[in-house]
Amino acid sequence: MAQVFRPGADILVRLMVVGGGIAAGAAALMGWVVYSSPVLTQVDINRAQPVPFSHQRHVGGNAIDCRFCHTSVEESPFAGIPPTETCMTCHSQVLPDAPLLQPVRESWKTGKPIVWTRLNDLPDFVYFDHSVHIAKGVGCTTCHGAIDEMPLTRKVETLHMSWCLNCHRAPEKFLRPKDRIFDVDWEPPANQVEQGKRLVEEYGVTVGQLTNCSVCHR
Amino acid sequence: MIRTMMPIKRGGWTGRASFATFVALMLLGCHPDMWNQPRFGPHQKNDFFNNQSAARDRVPNTVPYSGKRRPWRADTFAANTGRKTVPPVTKQAFYTGRNADGGFLADNYFKVDAGLVARGRERFAINCVHCHGMLGDGNGIITKRGFPKAATYHIDRLREVEDGYIVDVIRNGFGRMYSQASKVAPEDRWAIAAYIRALQLSQNADITDPDAPLSKEVARHLAEQQADTAAAATHDEANNHAH
Repeated sequence: MAQVFRPGADILVRLMVVGGGIAAGAAALMGWVVYSSPVLTQVDINRAQPVPFSHQRHVGGNAIDCRFCHTSVEESPFAGIPPTETCMTCHSQVLPDAPLLQPVRESWKTGKPIVWTRLNDLPDFVYFDHSVHIAKGVGCTTCHGAIDEMPLTRKVETLHMSWCLNCHRAPEKFLRPKDRIFDVDWEPPANQVEQGKRLVEEYGVTVGQLTNCSVCHR
Repeated sequence: MIRTMMPIKRGGWTGRASFATFVALMLLGCHPDMWNQPRFGPHQKNDFFNNQSAARDRVPNTVPYSGKRRPWRADTFAANTGRKTVPPVTKQAFYTGRNADGGFLADNYFKVDAGLVARGRERFAINCVHCHGMLGDGNGIITKRGFPKAATYHIDRLREVEDGYIVDVIRNGFGRMYSQASKVAPEDRWAIAAYIRALQLSQNADITDPDAPLSKEVARHLAEQQADTAAAATHDEANNHAH
């Protein structure tokens, strides 16, 4: 019976084994790159908003506390987007005729809320509660970045599960003292881990349980 | 398993069809129903309503039901027995600042203690300082942004108003000031009122009054300062003579 394969076929097989491995690896790498790139995560991408609201102006420039607008952040899962009334408290007097603020005045007149484009949108199968994070020492800028330096707001973290777990596995790397939660200038001190461990103790954070599935998927 | 149940001839049309069906079925699992579940989250859009908001506005003259009590107020809530306010404080006064007879509540609804004033200070810094200033003198940051100066608290009229009046202004607004009701919870309005009282006291204290709180400490501090200045002046003079 004639040989089915020529001797050179061995090389072909070896190439296929090695090449296949490389190709699979490359495909996986490519997938990961796309998955974690702004194309899918929207990180650092400014999206069109009805009004080009500047946190830089309002937080950095005017030193307005986060809770002036995001009123429910301390006691509810949702931080809260301010009603048009909050905008008009000042903008009935400041820049009352600015064309950029026309949608705000329109909303005030008609009672129809301004429809903002959401940037940080978790999947509906993830349970997230702002209030517990605030109460246990996670500061605003830990997840939302240097908001006081953003002329247009952008998402700064991927919100991937691995990102959540960074902190749920080792909260001591991120927790701050309670009086610095809303401080946009807070930087982790040199002894962050040491101080963080103290805070974990003080706030009663049960680190081992933070990675239970049902903490976030309920 | 599948093989025993469903013999497939490799490369045949049945095999291909089965494979295609299998892939199609798998892809059916890839629709984003779990990502965006058919329910409305906070502030979501709903075209069913005229203003397109899924969240409904509160019905006028109602208060929200909430089982949640904030810990800071647990000990102060309704601790208003033995106050000088007549007629007795009603639950309505907590929300409106007004008593059953329509007059303003003279005292704070809560027992005024360090906790209440501290809470008031925190809420004041969040909601009020931009117009009224840290000292309550009307020198907030808005005066630098083309906004007319807000009222100062340090005038006789506002020193003499009832606590209930302050709560009423926070709730309903006054002059150019819009209602702050959507931002400041009712219990926080009373806390802010308590803090405004503290601010008024701090800016209107007579240190020559020996009965005033801290007057001895202040007097001693001022005397020390004067002595320091005098000493520095003599020192300078001595230096000047030396040259």
